[in-house]
Amino acid sequence: MTQVANGGFGFFTSKLERVVGWARKYSIFQYPFVTACCGMEYMSTASGHYDMDRFGAGLPRFSPRQADVLFVVGTISHKLAPILRRVYEQMCEPKWVVAFGVCTCTGGFYDNYATVQGIDTIVPVDIYIPGCPPRPEAVLDGLIKLQAKIERQKQLY
Amino acid sequence: MGPSHPAMHGVIRLITELEGEKVVRVEAEIGYLHRAFEKSCENSSWTQAMPYTDRLNYVSPLINNFGYCGAVEKLLGIEITERCKYIRVVMSEISRITDHLTCIAASAMELGAMTAFLYFMKAREYLYEIVEQVTGARLTVSYGRIGGVKADLPDDFDESLQGALKQVERELSEVDKLLTRNRIWVDRTRDVGVLTKENAIAHAITGPVARASGINYDVRKAFPYFVYDRVRFEVPLGERGDNYDRYLVRMEEMRQSVRIIRQALREMPRGAVSVDARGRIVESFDLVDRAKLGHTAGLVDVVSTVEPTLEGTQKRYQEGISPRDRTVMLPSKEDTCGNIEGLMNHFKLIMDYHGIRPPVGEAYFPVEGANGELGFYVVSDGTDRPYRVRVRPPCFFNMAGLHTMLEGYMVADIIATFGSINMIAGELDR
Repeated sequence: MTQVANGGFGFFTSKLERVVGWARKYSIFQYPFVTACCGMEYMSTASGHYDMDRFGAGLPRFSPRQADVLFVVGTISHKLAPILRRVYEQMCEPKWVVAFGVCTCTGGFYDNYATVQGIDTIVPVDIYIPGCPPRPEAVLDGLIKLQAKIERQKQLY
Repeated sequence: MGPSHPAMHGVIRLITELEGEKVVRVEAEIGYLHRAFEKSCENSSWTQAMPYTDRLNYVSPLINNFGYCGAVEKLLGIEITERCKYIRVVMSEISRITDHLTCIAASAMELGAMTAFLYFMKAREYLYEIVEQVTGARLTVSYGRIGGVKADLPDDFDESLQGALKQVERELSEVDKLLTRNRIWVDRTRDVGVLTKENAIAHAITGPVARASGINYDVRKAFPYFVYDRVRFEVPLGERGDNYDRYLVRMEEMRQSVRIIRQALREMPRGAVSVDARGRIVESFDLVDRAKLGHTAGLVDVVSTVEPTLEGTQKRYQEGISPRDRTVMLPSKEDTCGNIEGLMNHFKLIMDYHGIRPPVGEAYFPVEGANGELGFYVVSDGTDRPYRVRVRPPCFFNMAGLHTMLEGYMVADIIATFGSINMIAGELDR
């Protein structure tokens, strides 16, 4: 609650923040940057059995200009890393990044010359969903945590 | 058309030269998912290489597992049990069905047929549940073991699989009704992306892509392995080699796979022998405590039980699938936790720098992957780590021939054709 010294508008701005947060968390347009095996679990999560649509995240946008959440799904190799960075920079604010699968969190068991050991070395990550591949329930859990984060963060306009 | 593109299939860069909307030249740039499979296998023991093989063709992981196991078994010269062969065939065919379902679903979605995608994903979920029942994981299973499989099938496998197959057949016929005679689908895929027979042979293309062009080569028929020479099935062949033929070949292959599974289930030799009530049964920790106190009288007749979470590794599940070769297969958990011989056997197989040691030599074992001939070439130098594990990835050759299928057609056909060859980056780049 902002101070009364602001002239008493604090109540309205914080309510506005909450409304904007509520609206943003239930309208997630994700850009699924799918590379590897985790993509199969992403497809399963997006489909009828473990629906992502009921969380408001049902419409993937296949262009970074139109998306607000970047789901990095699957192993990122050093060859692909600059492209991931470029895609991230093409997205407009506000944007969030979800590291889906343990290869994106820490490199997974691909501890070798070719794999980026965690995409947080390249882009700032909001939610880490470990698993190889993570079960759809784990993905939905991560999605719910992302929504909680979106709702309570300071909104940018 | 960069590695991050709107199509659902893997990361690849297609450098295209266009003349208006027409594609003049295409060059494919690969390697965006290189994960050093072959190098990682050289640094891990023969059994530790199994999880890496899952992630090659990650839509049909069991086929890769069994291909690798088959190559090492060939090197070792051991023969797996009959029941094991049937189990491998059933699980391979389930994997093949999931691969074709994913391929057609993704290509349909790229051409705008979202419904087909959702129906096939639903069918795939039933199969994933079956795979999870048997192996414990949905996707990256590591089910194969050198000398057999990890554990025998669960007790109610038959009924659940028959139920899942019915659902899959229902979805197949639904999507068949939606797509096969659909004017839009036919217009977009008929005579698009034609692969001639000469080009297919020149680029060493195998699998459904080659069979759609009329080349009658299926590893299951040409070099039968496991029990493929004992089950009756047909290999569908196409005529024109266009996208539509590839779609039809995959649909028919799924039906043939269902047929193979049903036959294999009927003919599978009986498995799990119940050894429950043989002798007195004591919990394994109790056994150890008693032995430490010196109360060892009569312990040799006792059968130890293990925790329910180790289900699948118990004696009754090992009976049918173990090839009785102590140098290769892990003993059952009752033996490992119950007597010292079992423990020593387990130790010698699991610990680093012990493990299985195939004789010096090399072996090549081809299996019919969902995309074509998937071959594993293993070289052993007598130590507990492979000297070389080379994969013949079917997608590599398909991708090499992709430019012949794209040149001369429109830009919009790139996605359709690229989807129909089922490029799986994990297999392509290894």
